[in-house]
Amino acid sequence: MPAPRSTTRIRTHPLGEAALLAELGTRLDTALNTRAIALAAALKKRRDVRQAIAGYASVTVHFDPDQTSLEALTAAIRRLASKRPPMAEPGRLHRIPVVYDGPDLEAVSAVLGLDAAKIVEIHTRPIYRVFFVGFVPGWGYLGPLPEELELPRRHVPRTKVPAGSVAIAGRQTGIYSLATPGGWHLIGRTAVKLFLPDSDPPSLFRAGDRVKFFAAQG
Amino acid sequence: MSEVLRVEKPGLFTTIQDLGRPNAMPAGVPAGGAMDRFAHRAANLLTGNNEGAATLECTVNGPALVALRPCLVAIAGADFDPHVNGRPAPMWTGMLMSEGDELSFAGRRGGARAYIAVAGGIAGDRWLGSMSTNLLAARGGMHGRLVSRGDVISVAGLPGALAISGRHLSQGYRPDYANHSLPAIAGPHVRRLGPEGRKALFGSVFRVSRDADRMGYRLEGPMLELSGDELLSFGLVSGAVQVPRGGQPILLMADHQTAGGYPVVATVAGAALPVAAQLLPGDELSFSEVGVETALRQRAAQRVALDSLKS
Repeated sequence: MPAPRSTTRIRTHPLGEAALLAELGTRLDTALNTRAIALAAALKKRRDVRQAIAGYASVTVHFDPDQTSLEALTAAIRRLASKRPPMAEPGRLHRIPVVYDGPDLEAVSAVLGLDAAKIVEIHTRPIYRVFFVGFVPGWGYLGPLPEELELPRRHVPRTKVPAGSVAIAGRQTGIYSLATPGGWHLIGRTAVKLFLPDSDPPSLFRAGDRVKFFAAQG
Repeated sequence: MSEVLRVEKPGLFTTIQDLGRPNAMPAGVPAGGAMDRFAHRAANLLTGNNEGAATLECTVNGPALVALRPCLVAIAGADFDPHVNGRPAPMWTGMLMSEGDELSFAGRRGGARAYIAVAGGIAGDRWLGSMSTNLLAARGGMHGRLVSRGDVISVAGLPGALAISGRHLSQGYRPDYANHSLPAIAGPHVRRLGPEGRKALFGSVFRVSRDADRMGYRLEGPMLELSGDELLSFGLVSGAVQVPRGGQPILLMADHQTAGGYPVVATVAGAALPVAAQLLPGDELSFSEVGVETALRQRAAQRVALDSLKS
């Protein structure tokens, strides 16, 4: 039996007069994200669209208001989204070595009631999806993180997290691509560079890629 | 490329900027580019350049620059009291500098950012399709860093027709930088504010805090309380007013993060971003709610002003 077509209507909201946010849903969900990435790719081909960026379950569209309007683009988005998305190609698989000695590993272990070895085992188990790349150059939003490791963000964010830190928060995991402030729990580190300023695109990860972590020795 | 200006004094925070690199956003790289695009575009048009040529963006005060050859220069945006060889020089006007002339600035009279364009377009390192300076990545513009003393500014193209010296932007077409009431369109998550919160957003005076740079301005004012669950992160735009936990809004500017998960309660109309770009810590501002139609009319009016410089 064919999968039932989503009947949820995409909602669009203006982001000023030259951009809009198209919301496909509100859940962290691989199928929604696949649709968002396909929709962004289709929109980018339009002459009246300057840029389309997929989020977890949304697309932010920058358009030329001299060529189209919020209403016209909303209609076009709903039309595009009602089409069966093209078979998503499995994204490239990245294998990332991690030294699991992060400064928050002990605290995470205490809160979750799991020993460090168990946390490593759970964190390295899934093949994560790169939902999208953003926030800072090269940062990939990876998930879903297994429920056993789900934690709210730190109450007090760090003012500087070292580049290469492997972190978890909510149902997400990620790698700090640059030294930035951050509120996620740091459980390890990797030497793999995610932000590649002299490559084009300058990011190792692209939306839709897959990531597998494995434990490495420091 | 030919060398046109030598930097005697760099000014506090001077960078090379153009219209940015929107195509790099899917890699998480901020689009960047000139904060006050009206002044940037006007300065370019006054010197016969394309609107997208690179200019110098000078923050809070201006540099001192000596001409190494005759060149056509225009200054637009904030008024830092420009002088050439010690004599007052006009703003929003194409002016010819002779070899050895010195352009300097006596001090800030208003605004935050002035733009200096040179006929031929300022040359800089091109990174991901733009010459805009990205200090975090240390790429673009003047080798990814601030313009500093002893640097030599070159132009990218042939110096334009010097005949257009003296062209200026009519007073009536210049932005009203003193009017800090910013037209803004309600954002995707405005309902989370509730009626009281919405009144506070569109009816209160906010102040730019010390935490204000090219990424954005953290604002002080009434705390905005929002309801609802955490959002999934989504792509952001310049001018968006996001409200993190704590209720102190942030106005996103040119170097803003490409994505985030805080509710966006409003977006400043594109035509008002040049005014926002001229705000400094301590300045007061307010948001006046407008519809998309009004924002489009204001945008069209700015286009007319810029087109008046083309001929």
